[in-house]
Amino acid sequence: MLVLAFLLQTIRIAIPYLFAASGGMIAERAGVVSLTLEGFMLSGAFTATLGAYYSGNPWIGLLCGILGGLAMGLVHAVACIRYRADQIVVGMAINLLVVGLTRFFLHMAFDSSSNSPRVAGFGGEGASTGLGALASNPLVWMGLLLVPVMAWLMFRTAFGLRVRAVGEHPAAASSVGVPVSRVRYTAVALSGMLAALGGVYLALDQHQFTDQITAGRGFIALAAVIFGRWHPVRTAIACLLFAAAETLQIQLQAFEIVPSQFVAIIPYVLTIVALAGVIGRSVSPAALGKAED
Amino acid sequence: MTTSTEAPPRAAPPGTPAAPPRWRTQLEEALLPPLVAILAAMVVGDLLILSMGQSPAAVYGMLLEGTWGNAYGFGQVMFKATTLTFTGLAVALALRAGLFNVGAEGQLAAGGFVAALAGWMLPAGTPWIIAIPLCILGAALGGAAVGAVPGTLKARFGAHEVIVTIMTNFIVLALLNYVVSAHLHVPETLHTPEIGAGVVPRFGGPFTGSAANASLFLALAAAGAVWWYLFRTRRGYELRAVGLQPDAAEYAGIRVGGVWIRAMTVSGALAGLSGINYVLGYKHYYEDGFAGGAGFLGIAVALVGRNDPLGVVLAALFFATLSQGGLAINAVVPKQMVEVMQGVVILAVAVSVPEVRRLLRQQRRAG
Repeated sequence: MLVLAFLLQTIRIAIPYLFAASGGMIAERAGVVSLTLEGFMLSGAFTATLGAYYSGNPWIGLLCGILGGLAMGLVHAVACIRYRADQIVVGMAINLLVVGLTRFFLHMAFDSSSNSPRVAGFGGEGASTGLGALASNPLVWMGLLLVPVMAWLMFRTAFGLRVRAVGEHPAAASSVGVPVSRVRYTAVALSGMLAALGGVYLALDQHQFTDQITAGRGFIALAAVIFGRWHPVRTAIACLLFAAAETLQIQLQAFEIVPSQFVAIIPYVLTIVALAGVIGRSVSPAALGKAED
Repeated sequence: MTTSTEAPPRAAPPGTPAAPPRWRTQLEEALLPPLVAILAAMVVGDLLILSMGQSPAAVYGMLLEGTWGNAYGFGQVMFKATTLTFTGLAVALALRAGLFNVGAEGQLAAGGFVAALAGWMLPAGTPWIIAIPLCILGAALGGAAVGAVPGTLKARFGAHEVIVTIMTNFIVLALLNYVVSAHLHVPETLHTPEIGAGVVPRFGGPFTGSAANASLFLALAAAGAVWWYLFRTRRGYELRAVGLQPDAAEYAGIRVGGVWIRAMTVSGALAGLSGINYVLGYKHYYEDGFAGGAGFLGIAVALVGRNDPLGVVLAALFFATLSQGGLAINAVVPKQMVEVMQGVVILAVAVSVPEVRRLLRQQRRAG
């Protein structure tokens, strides 16, 4: 029973990571740096809350969330691809911008600086960790299904091949007729929508938007991408691993064996260790961060 | 990266009209992006103000009145600008070496913590001439230790400094949170005990009541020192050479890895120094979360200041005005408006830097 509860909570925590990390992986594989995952998630969470609040329907909320992520994804894409702006700077700017925008419109729409009113969500009432609540949430199934879908997309389709080509060697891809910019636009737009779904899940699961609801999860997802060496299945495993560590931290909190802060830093430490090449070499896509000339 | 990589101007072929002088092109290339960005931010600000049904002119007027219009407001601007000058210098120095230090937030927290620790451990009544330099040194060392990690990992293993600094931010903040909440806090709070020595005097006179303090002079001195280091010393020359073209620098006999480590360490020390403004000059203790995003805003300051020490000081004043101005207008427009404007400024600078360079180059070619 304890094992089942542990497993369920791990999945529950891993779902937003799975969405955001899938988005991060596809954008980075196409050669565009994904420091924006946090912003995409936050944007998706906020627009989903707005949609669900005004329509009373979580599916409309989900659609609005995807659109919110797409909008920020397109800002990122235009700045990085059309204007060849520094991708890291743009990423940080979008994260800051989304925090400001969500706070401003939270004020305007709900006259609050901390949270929205309660909105419709999927599944059972309350933050239940039970099997029923989890299984009745379509976003959980979408998140789990995303793993084989991403693996298929990246390695079994022409689009996946093109994404990998423009991320490794854009000049070569261009010379055989791959429209580099268009593939990158598509990848970044997809990344915005996927990461936004992670935010949608958070908002609809908690039945409200709270200020900075994502709380750094976008960066954990980015850590999972790097720790998973930009591979869909390994990235998903990294997401589950980080989520399991977090679950462990929550379960252990009652016993005060290990300070919670020590468990909280596990993903970050593992990522640094992975980057330092201690467990296998971590090689990023060759053209990552470079604008096409 | 955003370091300037402008090509030398082409020699004009005979017969074409003389191109504009080089200094003018350089000045345009340096100043146009920030100006475009500030304009873009004001337009976005206009839209947000209008969406609240207010008059932009009146709101911007309130913003200026609450910052530069009275002594208290200006004192607060100076206080915020002091922190931002340090973090901006930290980011700018690393960028000159071609490195992106996203870790100023954690370095600033570490510096503030060590300064508070030093001030707390020194016996009360230690003469200020000993206490203040010791606390300042502590702040620099705390930041430098955190900054040295990504520098070393980059030089030794090629680990990308952006990812490592993002991760070290989370790690440092979590560990400091642990130390303070488990061992060092005053009961019922999340801050350390007050320091017994090393207090930096606050400004008196008209500025009484504001948080402005003598750390401001240290920030200005640091800007001067960074300028001297970058443009008048051999090590600064090496640093800039590595930033412009690491392979060429290596070929010229510069140890690139060593320069990376040094640049990140000095950058971390500068970010750590910004902790003294709050800890020694204002609250006299370390409080969990006191950095409050000043490290991230340092990126914006460095970008708008175009990685130039004087530019950094001016950009720090600009961002400090915005952030203090948010409080002044909060009654009519949510103060978060200025956060949106800050984001727009960074985005617009990032977009317009390569665009302005391209346009100027086109113009130069056209003669």
